[in-house]
Parts: sequence; C-alpha cells; structure tokens
Amino acid sequence: MNLLIKGGRVIDPSQGIDETLDLLVENGKVKEFGKGISAPAGAETIDAAGMIVTPGLIDMHVHLRDPGLEYKEDIVTGTRAAAVGGFTSVACMPNTKPVNDNKAVTSYIITKARNEGIVNVFPVGSITQGSKGEALAEMGDLKEAGCVAVSDDGRPVTSSELMRRALEYAKGMGIMVISHAEDLSLVGEGVMNEGIVSTELGLKGIPWAAEDAATARDVYLAELTNSPLHIAHVSTKGALRIIRNAKARGVKVTCETAPHYFSLTDDAVRGYNTNAKMNPPLRTADDVAAVKAALADGTIDAIATDHAPHHLDEKDVEFNVALNGIIGLETSLPLSLKLVEEGVLTLPALVEKLACNPAKILGIDRGALKPGSVADITVIDPNAAWTVEAEKLASKSKNSPFIGLEMKGAAVYTIVGGKMVFKRN
Amino acid sequence: MGFKHKDIIGLQDLTREEIQLLLDTAENMKEISDRDIKKVPTLRGKTVVNVFYEASTRTRTSFEIAAKRLSADTINISASTSSTTKGETLSDTALNILAMKPDIIVMRHAASGAHHYLAQRVSCSVINAGDGAHEHPSQGLLDMLTMRQKFGTIEGLKVAIVGDITHSRVARSAIFGLTKMGAAVCLAGPPTMMPPGIERLGNVTVCTDMRDAIEGADVVMMLRIQLERQGKTLLPTLREYARYYGLNPGNLPLAKKDAMVMHPGPINRGVELSSYVADGDQSYILKQVENGVAVRMSMLYHVSGGELPTE
Amino acid sequence: MAEEKTTILDGVGVKRALTRIAHEILERNKGIADLVLVGIRTGGVHLARELSARLEEIEGGRVPVGEVDITLYRDDVKGHAPHLPVGKTDIPFSVEKMKVVLVDDVLFTGRTIRAAMDAIMDHGRPDCIQLAVLIDRGHRELPIRADFVGRNVPTSRKENIVVMFDADNRPTEVVLEK
Repeated sequence: MNLLIKGGRVIDPSQGIDETLDLLVENGKVKEFGKGISAPAGAETIDAAGMIVTPGLIDMHVHLRDPGLEYKEDIVTGTRAAAVGGFTSVACMPNTKPVNDNKAVTSYIITKARNEGIVNVFPVGSITQGSKGEALAEMGDLKEAGCVAVSDDGRPVTSSELMRRALEYAKGMGIMVISHAEDLSLVGEGVMNEGIVSTELGLKGIPWAAEDAATARDVYLAELTNSPLHIAHVSTKGALRIIRNAKARGVKVTCETAPHYFSLTDDAVRGYNTNAKMNPPLRTADDVAAVKAALADGTIDAIATDHAPHHLDEKDVEFNVALNGIIGLETSLPLSLKLVEEGVLTLPALVEKLACNPAKILGIDRGALKPGSVADITVIDPNAAWTVEAEKLASKSKNSPFIGLEMKGAAVYTIVGGKMVFKRN
Repeated sequence: MGFKHKDIIGLQDLTREEIQLLLDTAENMKEISDRDIKKVPTLRGKTVVNVFYEASTRTRTSFEIAAKRLSADTINISASTSSTTKGETLSDTALNILAMKPDIIVMRHAASGAHHYLAQRVSCSVINAGDGAHEHPSQGLLDMLTMRQKFGTIEGLKVAIVGDITHSRVARSAIFGLTKMGAAVCLAGPPTMMPPGIERLGNVTVCTDMRDAIEGADVVMMLRIQLERQGKTLLPTLREYARYYGLNPGNLPLAKKDAMVMHPGPINRGVELSSYVADGDQSYILKQVENGVAVRMSMLYHVSGGELPTE
Repeated sequence: MAEEKTTILDGVGVKRALTRIAHEILERNKGIADLVLVGIRTGGVHLARELSARLEEIEGGRVPVGEVDITLYRDDVKGHAPHLPVGKTDIPFSVEKMKVVLVDDVLFTGRTIRAAMDAIMDHGRPDCIQLAVLIDRGHRELPIRADFVGRNVPTSRKENIVVMFDADNRPTEVVLEK
C-alpha cells in the first residue's frame, strides 16, 4: 500500500530537515519527499496540514513482560500501547520470566512480535545469566539472535569486576551495555527519594548518592575499558554532572531519562501514591531542573519511558510493598512536547531524543526519513487536547500517575514499515 | 467549632483548633475514669475493632479501655504481617473487617501510610494507633495533654526530643502537634538517626549535642531506642548511646528546674533513661499512660461524630 | 423575621423566685443536712450557686455545689454531626446517700433531666434526687416533674426561653423569644 502524507511539517534532524513538505511512501519505504507531490494512483493520502511528521519514535526502554508476566502486559498489548503513543519501535528489557539471557527467549520475543505485535520490537538481552550478577550471559548468541543491547535492568551488576568484564566482553561482541546504576547497599530498604517528603511521610529514603555513586563507577569502568556504555533512566543532578564530565573527556557514554523525571518530583508521593513509586525514585525540583538542563545541553541523549506495567494487585497495596514502576508509552509524547513549550528543547532536538539518538545508540536502521529508509513514521498533532483515562489506555496495566490529567499533543498516525498501525479518532 | 474528620490519621492533618478540641474533651473525660462506675453510655451500640499488625499491649489496651468506658463494643484482631507466611492483603483484611460492620477501626500497622490506604477504602472511621515511622497521633495528643496539665498551655514551651527521630512515629506526631500549638521543638540524636529536612517541619531545630537540646527545656521527651530494629549500622553500642544520648541526673539539670521528663514507653532503663530520672520527681511517664485513656476516649468520641453534613 | 422578645421575669423577679425555691428546699428537706446541689451546665450551674448562697444566708451552713455536663449522656448523640464539645463534669463530693437537688434553668422535654439523672447515678446512689428549675415551659416527653419551680410559663414549641446571666454569672432576666 502506498501513502502520501501531504503538507505536514517534516522534521528529520538526521538530515537537518524542518519544513513543510509532502512525503511519499511506496512499498514500505520512503520514496521521496518534496513540495507538491501528487498522489500516485491507488495511494492513500493523509492531510497532515498543521501536523508534525517525524521519523517513527523509538522507546529504547520498555518492559513488555512477555514471556512469563503476561498478566501485566504482553507483546500484543504492549506494542499496541506503543503505537498509540506514537512509537514505531521499542526495545524491551530482559527481566521477563524466564530472563532473556539466551537466544531461545530472544527468538520467542522476535517471532511473537513479528506475528502478533504491531510495532518493531528490539529485544535487550541480559548482561549476566539470569540477571543474577554472577556469570556473563552469552552475549554473542544474544546478538546473533537479535538483541540490540544487554542490560540487567531492574538491578545493577553489583560486582565491579564483573561489570568491567561485561563491558570488555560486550565490546568484543559489538553489543551495547545498558547500566541500571544503583548502589543497592545505599538503597537498603528505601522506597522513595530521601528528603523532606520521605521524612514527613515516615518512609525509608533512597539517597541521591545511591545513583550517583553507581553512575560514577560505571562511567569509570567504561573509561577504563574504552567501551561504550549507556546509562538508563538518569534522575539525579549528580549523575548528570558525572556523565557530562565523562562525555567532555571523551568517554563513550550515553544516557536516557524518562518523562516522569522531568515532569514530577517526590511531592507526587504524598498521599502514599503507589503510582508515584518507581526506581530510581522521583527526585526533587532541583533534580528536575538538572534533567531539563541536561536535555537542553545534550548530556541526555534520549528520552525513554521505562514503561513498567504492573497489575492493580501489585499497586493497590501499602506503599512500601507496592512494586516499582509506571507505564509510560501512551503519555511520553505529550509530556515531552511540553519541553518544547517550556523552551527546554526545540522540536528538532526533541525528535532527536525520541527517534534519531535511540536508533543511533542501539545501532538500528531507524530514526531517519531518507529516500529508501524503512517507512516508520509518526504524524503528530501538537495541539490535540485529551485527558488520560485508565479505561482508554491500550496497555494492559493502568499504573500511571498521570491518570486524570490533561495532555496536549498526540500521535495521530503511527506508520510502521509503510503500514498504518494506529490512527487516532 | 466541631471535629469534621471521619478519621484521625495524623496530627499533621488537624488544625490547631481541632487539636485543642480533642485535648479539651480529653480533659473533661478524665473524670469518668475516677468514678466507681467508669462508664458513660455515649457510644452504646457502636463497634470498635482494634486491628493490631504489630504487637502493642499498652496502646491496644488503652484504646480498648477507652472504647469500653464510652460503652462501645470492642473486638481485638491481631493480624500478622509476617512475610514468610504470605498473609492476606491489607485490602482483603479491610473488607473482612468491614463485613463485621464496625463503626471505628483502630489500627496499628508497620507500613507508613497503611491508614491512609485503609481510610480511603472503608466507610467507617479509622484511627491510627501507629503507622510505621509516620504518625502515632494518640501518643502525640496524650503528650500534649500531659504538658498542658502542668503548664496550662503549650504555646511558648521548649520541648526537647531525644533519640532515633528517623524511625519514630512518636517524634513525628509530637513535632506536628507541638509546632502547631506554638511550642519550639529541639531535636537531638545521632546524625544516623536524624532524617533529612526535619528542621523544615515548623519551629524545629536540630542539635547534634544532646546538651544543647535539653538546655533550658520545659519538657524533655526521650524516645525508645530499638537496636534490634535499626541494626548495627546506626549505632556502635547501647553503652555509647547511653553515654551521649541518655538522660541521667548528670545532664537533667541543664533543663529548667521543673522540667518534665516524658517517655512513650516501654523504657530501656539505663539506656535512654536512667532509673533515677525515670522514677524521679520530674518524671511524668505514668501520668502519660493515665492520660492515654482520656485522649483515646476523646478521639473515639469525636470521630464517631462524623463529618459535617453538607447543606 | 424579626424576633419578638417578652420579659417573663426581671432581675427582681428572678431573685424572688430563687429565694422562694431555697425556702421550699429547706422546708421539704428539713434543713441542709446531707443536702447537695448539682447544676446542669451551664445555666443550671450558675443557678445552683445562687441557690447555695441563699441557703447559706438562711441556714448559715454551706451546701456543696457540683456541676454535671450531660453531653455524653444525651439520647440524640447521633443527631449531632459533628459531636458537641464535652463540658466539664465536676462533682467534688460523694453523692452516696445524699439528697441531691438537681438544678436547671429551663425544664422542657425532660430529656436533659433524664441524662443528668443517669450521670448522677453513675457517680453513686443518692438517697433521693429532687429537681429545681427556674422555668417550667411544659411539653414534657418523659415522665418527669419538677419539685421546685420558679415560674410556670405556657409556651408553644416554636418559642424559646432564655435565662440571661451577667458577666459574674448572676441571673438578670428571663425572656421569651417568639
């Protein structure tokens, strides 16, 4: 099926394009873009006047919970939520049951995603076997089976020696290591950011130093081993300073943050709101400002959601026993667009962080709208006003702190490989 | 002026006037416990369910006596939060208790915020008998009642609170209540037990040297140190704790001459409080226990009054 | 609607009524032996003190005065949301085997008196309880009758009787509000 997207503001930072253009898609690829392209016979036309046309958005950090935890989410519902959120590709973390530490699990994910998913799914394998932090996983096999990175996400590799070897070994296999930077002994029994709010609520706190110290260690190990390293879900001012300094001296480190780390502070925990419980925890206004500054100056390369679906039974409990994490695929785009409204990022810079950079970091052939590129395209209405409603979310889980809030901006068409997989009504 | 809340979760949620009302009522209810017939018919036919997820003989007993003196029927449920035997969820427990048609649930729970959770899910009143390290409002109120009986007012008092502030719900309720009533609170304890930002909760200062906190104090509140709970990373030994953060005849004179010594109990004699001080003239510890019943009667009475009808 | 006020008893009238009640109490009880007064908060307490003063003038001995707050004994606790503040009950003597004269300002439905009697009974077993009121306005809902009445005033249920006190808690007048 052929598609002509007419009159939209086409933004592709990979080519430095930002102008009103028509875009023609043929046989799943971008055929051409330019002004005044007329629709070939049989092509469907999308009127994109007033809309933004970007390379398909990529969320490089999601939990699809498939295999094993399908009661929270599965590849069908998870990719559907991605499409609704404007994402044409997601990278899914390996903390499934069993852990994605071998090619059998990787193949299962890829096959199921191809058959039943509606967006591209790029699996992330584990760094260590079973993510137990004891022995390296078969990274060569994982890469061959289709993994785009390795991570023990959800927990750090506690042994510094093992992390060092993981970085070295992964470099040899040409696969990126993603670090969940957290010093578990400093976290202890902490359940939220340590500060005035935790003091007031009588909840055990997690100090910022738990993230900073672990980030510093991993950055030093990347420097030592001269290996690329990506730091997941950065939330503190100090960790960002460490990454900024490391980048300045040439360490091959990249990082991401999540929309909640620039949208919310630990104040959201008041009332013991378990949908404000995640790891790393929501931090202070100071940290939020630092995250925005780091997005603006390029210290933060990507925005990823850390989409972490949990069943109501796992959230509708006392705060300290509630599981960590929130869903994010369907709210990421409007929350990120707010950064443009606030003047933190230009639209092209935002597109870089939501599409181009994730593709670059993961080494996947996406994130651009060049003639011949795979036609993964997101058409965005930046002014669409809507309210987050639990029952309307495509995700199987509803654990979002943004339920009930007004959003501005939404994906109108999500196109994967030239095929329209989502159309907003 | 009336008490408009369905629940009492913490003193942080109450206004100065509401705290005043609870204390005034408690004061006027004390007389009931001094009679031969220690009972008034006020809450006749009401059912009070005491659900204690943590063992606590004294608080539970005090609530039970309070309910009985108001003629309510009381039921005690000891629930277990043992993580080894995977117990019922709080939500299921709540639903089961609701099936007994209680009017008031008095709960103690190890999780901060558990009452918040419960109160949102049940239609009856919820009274917090202690939640994790968050609040212990009945203790805070009885502390204030005891102070008010001696000094006539709480406004302008200097109150020192010494011990493990981080893990203490008693300290938090005292801080919220006392600062609201116009007292100045000075905290002291090892910095390993001092939560960040606590000095921003009102008229609160933090001292690392206990002597600075108790100097010129009208009231010295000592907290129970629970080494078994805090583990070995916060303190080297109880011996050293007693030396630097214990109240004894040596440092008590730093406080005002007629300063009150208070403790929520049970006391670790020789640790946070020397027996000379615990049993001395300045000790109001038993008075606190006595006031506990009146304060809890007042809480039960006022929550059962329910919310203001919206007209 | 403008309220219409009529004075039922002026200051002199109140004094006379109380003096008469004091004499009646003495006559009925043959003196002040074992006699105690318990006023119902708050008007009844002020009147009980007035009566005690008169009894002392006449007999030359003190009659102790206690005060009772009936809030916790009300039969309409549920009807008050939020609950009413609880006043002080202070009966600084034993009522055991005493002749208790319960004092209130206005006797209306009788429910307050029932509550006060229950409260006194919870303090001990008196020999007897008598009731003295300044005004009996009728409309009883319980089988209760005053032993000593200052003035009987027929009223409609909509009307209101108020006993006024000055800053020293001494009765000044009784008015009927329509």
